Amino acid sequence: MTTANLTLKDFTSDQEVRWCPGCGDYAILKTMQKLLPTLNRPKENQVFISGIGCSSRFPYYMNTYGFHTIHGRAPAVATGVKLANPELDVWVITGDGDGLSIGGNHMMHSLRRNLDLQILLFNNEIYGLTKGQYSPTSRLGTRSPSSPAGSIDPPLSPCAVALGAGGGFIARSIDTHSKHLAAVIGAGHAHKGTAFIEILQNCPIYNDGIFESVKDRETAADCRIEVEHGKPLVFGKNSEKAIRLNRDSLALEVVAADSADVLAHDETNPVIAQLLAAMAGPDFPVAIGVLHRQPKPSFDAAFASRKGESTEGNLAALLLSGNTWVVT
Amino acid sequence: MELVAEKRDEHHLDAEVGYVVRFAGDSGDGMQLTGANFTLATALSGNDLSTFPDFPAEIRAPVGATFGVSAFQIYLGSEDITTAGDAVDVLVAMNPAALATNLANMVDGGLVIVDRGAFTGKNLKKASYDANPLDDDSLHGFRVLDIDISAQVLAAVEPFGLGHKHGLRCKNMWTLGLVMWLFDRDRAAAIKNLRTKFARKPKIAEANIAALNAGHAFGETAELPSGLHVYRVPQARSEPGLYRNITGTQALAWGLLAGTELAGIDMLFASYPITPASNLLHELSNRRNFRVGTFQAEDEIAAVCTAIGASFAGSLGVTSSAGPGIALKSEGMSLAIATELPLLVVNTQRGGPSTGLPTKTEQSDLNMALFGRHGDTPIPVIAPATPPDCFGMAREAVRLAIGYMTPVMLLSDGYLANASERWRIPRVDDFERGEVAYAPPAAPEAADFNPASRDPQTLARTWARPGTPGLEHRIGGIESDYDTGDISYEPANHQKMTDLRARKIAGIAADIPPQEVDQGGGSGGLAVVGWGSTYGAIHQGVKRARLEGLEVSHIHVRYLNPLPRNLGELLAGFDAILVPEMNTGQFARLLRAEYLLDVESLGKVSGQPFKIGEILAAIRGKWAKLEAA
Repeated sequence: MTTANLTLKDFTSDQEVRWCPGCGDYAILKTMQKLLPTLNRPKENQVFISGIGCSSRFPYYMNTYGFHTIHGRAPAVATGVKLANPELDVWVITGDGDGLSIGGNHMMHSLRRNLDLQILLFNNEIYGLTKGQYSPTSRLGTRSPSSPAGSIDPPLSPCAVALGAGGGFIARSIDTHSKHLAAVIGAGHAHKGTAFIEILQNCPIYNDGIFESVKDRETAADCRIEVEHGKPLVFGKNSEKAIRLNRDSLALEVVAADSADVLAHDETNPVIAQLLAAMAGPDFPVAIGVLHRQPKPSFDAAFASRKGESTEGNLAALLLSGNTWVVT
Repeated sequence: MELVAEKRDEHHLDAEVGYVVRFAGDSGDGMQLTGANFTLATALSGNDLSTFPDFPAEIRAPVGATFGVSAFQIYLGSEDITTAGDAVDVLVAMNPAALATNLANMVDGGLVIVDRGAFTGKNLKKASYDANPLDDDSLHGFRVLDIDISAQVLAAVEPFGLGHKHGLRCKNMWTLGLVMWLFDRDRAAAIKNLRTKFARKPKIAEANIAALNAGHAFGETAELPSGLHVYRVPQARSEPGLYRNITGTQALAWGLLAGTELAGIDMLFASYPITPASNLLHELSNRRNFRVGTFQAEDEIAAVCTAIGASFAGSLGVTSSAGPGIALKSEGMSLAIATELPLLVVNTQRGGPSTGLPTKTEQSDLNMALFGRHGDTPIPVIAPATPPDCFGMAREAVRLAIGYMTPVMLLSDGYLANASERWRIPRVDDFERGEVAYAPPAAPEAADFNPASRDPQTLARTWARPGTPGLEHRIGGIESDYDTGDISYEPANHQKMTDLRARKIAGIAADIPPQEVDQGGGSGGLAVVGWGSTYGAIHQGVKRARLEGLEVSHIHVRYLNPLPRNLGELLAGFDAILVPEMNTGQFARLLRAEYLLDVESLGKVSGQPFKIGEILAAIRGKWAKLEAA
C-alpha cells in the first residue's frame, strides 16, 4: 500500500500533455493531481477511465491506472472495473459530447444503478476534438461548422439530466476555480454511490469565453451562486440578492437578500436541486457546489453479495446435478 | 378399425432401431415440458437420443394459430443418434394447427395422435381446414389415433376440482402418459419432476400426475386399433461411464464455469437479453458456488464494455448475444484487440439479417465473426459441433482468451443452444488446473511498468491488474508504441503493431489440435467439410453414403481462425470438397480463399437444420458428377 507522503509529482505521468494552450483541462488536471495525495487512498487503487474527446485524454497524464476507451462507453467500462474489483477508486472522465450524446444511455443507467464511481463531465458546450461542431449542451444559435446559421438543437442541462436519472450526488464546479473544484471532487469521492460532477470548462479554440461571466471576477458575483447545505441562497457583489421559491408558480425567483422566505439550500431535496440545476443567465445566477446529495445503496455492494465464490467440489457436483445414469 | 401398414423411411438405417417423435401444440400447451420429460425418460431407459425444440417467436400466440405452433422433436434409438431426425414417425398434434403445420414432415404410414376435442370449428378455421380432416380421407396413408383427449383429461382430473380451464392444462401430461406407454418408458422421473415443479401447488402436481397415469392406462387398457403396438427400442451400445442429457446452452455455461474455475479466475458475464442467447445468462445467474458474477447491462454495447472493464481489472469478461447484438459489440471488440485484453464473446447465431428469424437457426454470422470489425482485427473464432461439445469448446475459449490476451468468438447457434444429446460426463479429476500469470507487484524504486511487455512465445501482453502496487499504467484505443505502449502515430509503428496482432493470432495454430478426419479415409474421393451444428446431419449423411459404397470422408472443423495447421494439406488430398453450411457459402469461400481449392458449397437458410437426406442427396449428386468427369 502506497499512501504515505504522496505528492502531485507521484500522480504526474511522463506523457507530454497535448491539449491546446489555454485549455481549461490543464487546470482540472492540476487540481486532480494535487487532490489525490490528500485523499489518503493507495495510489495503485486509483483508476481513470475515459471515452473519446479532448477530456478523455486525461488518463494518459495521470500516473495511475488508466484506460482510454471508446466514444461514450467509459461508464460501461468503469462498471466492469468496479464490479470486478470493488476496492478500486474508479473515476470516469468524460465530456458533454461523450457523456451526454453518444454515451447518454450509459450515463443514465450508471446514475440510476448507483455504482460507487466518480463521473467528471467536462462541459465546454462544444465538440473540440472533431473541430468545433455544436454539442448537446451548446446554446441555441451556436454557430459552428455543422450549424453555420446557428444551432437549432435545444441544449440539455447535464446536472438536470443526472438528477432525472436518479443520481445521488450531483455537483457543479468550474475548471479554474481550483479550491472549489477540489472540494467538490473530494466530496464526490467521499460519497458512496455514483458522484456526478459537471465541470464548466473553457475551450479557447472553438467556444472561448462561453463561461466568462461566471468566471470573471467582475461579473461572477452576480452571475453565479455557490450553494452550501443549510445556508441561504444569497449572491451578488454585496450579497444583496437571494433566491426564493415562489410557491404559487413553483418556480425560483431572484429577490432582495432581506426578503422574507429566502430559500436555504437543502442538498437532500432533489426537487430544489432540479430548480437550481436549471438556473441560467441572464435572469438567474448559475449554481455551483453540491446541488444534491442523498446517500442510497450502491449497486456494487449488492452485486458483491450476489457474486459467487468457489466451493469445494463445486465442479463435480455441477456435472452430476440432475438426472444421470450409468452404462456398464 | 385397422391401421395402415407401418413403413420405414430411409432416414433410419436398417441396422438401427430408431424413431422420431414430435410433440406439437399451441405455444401455451406445454409441449416443451412434455418433450423434456419424455427425453429424460428416454435417456434413463438407455436409448441414444437427440432433441430439437422448435418454437415460435411469439410467447403466447393466439390460441389455435398456425404461427403459434410450438413443437419438440426427439430422435431416439439404439445407436449413434446425432440429429433430431429427418421425418417424423410419431406425431402428437394437440390441435388442427399443429396437424396442418407438421403433416408434411411425416413418414408414410406414420402414427398421428390427435386430440379430437380440440378439432372444433373455430380451431379448424384458424388452421385453414374447410372440413375436419379427422372425418374425411385427408389423413389417408397415416395411422391415426383419434382420441378425445380433452374429455379423457377432464375425467381423470375431476377429483381434484380444478375446473374446466385448469383441468385442460393437464392435457399435455395425459398425452405424455400415452406416448410413454407407446415407448414403454418409466414414468417415475416425470412424476418426480412434476412434484418438484409444483412443490407449492400440490393439488396441481397430483392432478398432472393423475393425467399422466390416466394417459398411460388408456394405452394399456383401451380398445386401441389393431396394428398399434408398443415400440421396443433396444438400449444403445455405449462406452461405459456415467451419462446425462445436456443442451448446448447448459454445456456452454458449464464449460465457462469449468474453464474459469480451473484457471483460478473470476468471470464477469455481462449480457443483454436476446433470443436465442438469453438462456446462457439465465444458466449462469445465481451460480453462487462458482467465481461468477452476472450483469444484465442496459444494452449490448454496455455489456461488451463492462466485460472489457472487468478484464482490465483482472477478471475474465464474457459477453453473449445473437447476430444483431454482436454487430453492436463490434467496436468494443476492436478496443479489446487494440488494448490486448482477454474477452470472450459467445454468438448464438439465428436467422438474419436484422431481426430475421429470432427463434430459428442459421450459421450466417461466420463472416462477421472473422471479418466484421473495423480495422485489421484478427481474433480466434471457434465453433462447437454438438451440444456436449459446447462444454469443451467453452473451456477452450477461456484458455485462448487468457493465454493470448485476446478476444475470442465462440460461435454457437439456435439449434445447438436448444438441442440436447447424451453426454458421457468427464471426470473432474482429469482436468488440469492452472494459474493466471498476472504481473507481480513492483518495488517502489523499480522503473515504470511497461504495458507493452509481452510473452516472447505467445506474444501475449503482460496482464497487470489495477490495484497492484508499482504497475500503474495506461492503455487505450489509440495505436500504442510497440516498445513502450505509449500513444504512437508513427507510420512504421502502426505497420509493426498490425503485423504483431496478426502474428499473435496466427501463432495460435501451433497451440490447437491438428485437423482430424471424423469418418472415412484421409485422402481421395469426396471430403464433406462442415463446422458447427451441422455435425450430426453430416455425420449421418456420410455414414449412409459410405454404406452405399461411396468414397466419402467427413471432416469437421472446430477452429475457424486460425485454421488447423494441416487443414490445407489435408483438403488438397481429396478429389472433391463439399461444404454444407446454414448460410450461402461463407466457410466455403474462406476455404477457397485460404487454400485456392475448388470447394463446392451446399447452403441452406430455411431456419431449420440440415436433414440427413439433404446431405446424402448432395453427396450422391457430387459423386455422380465426379464419376461422369
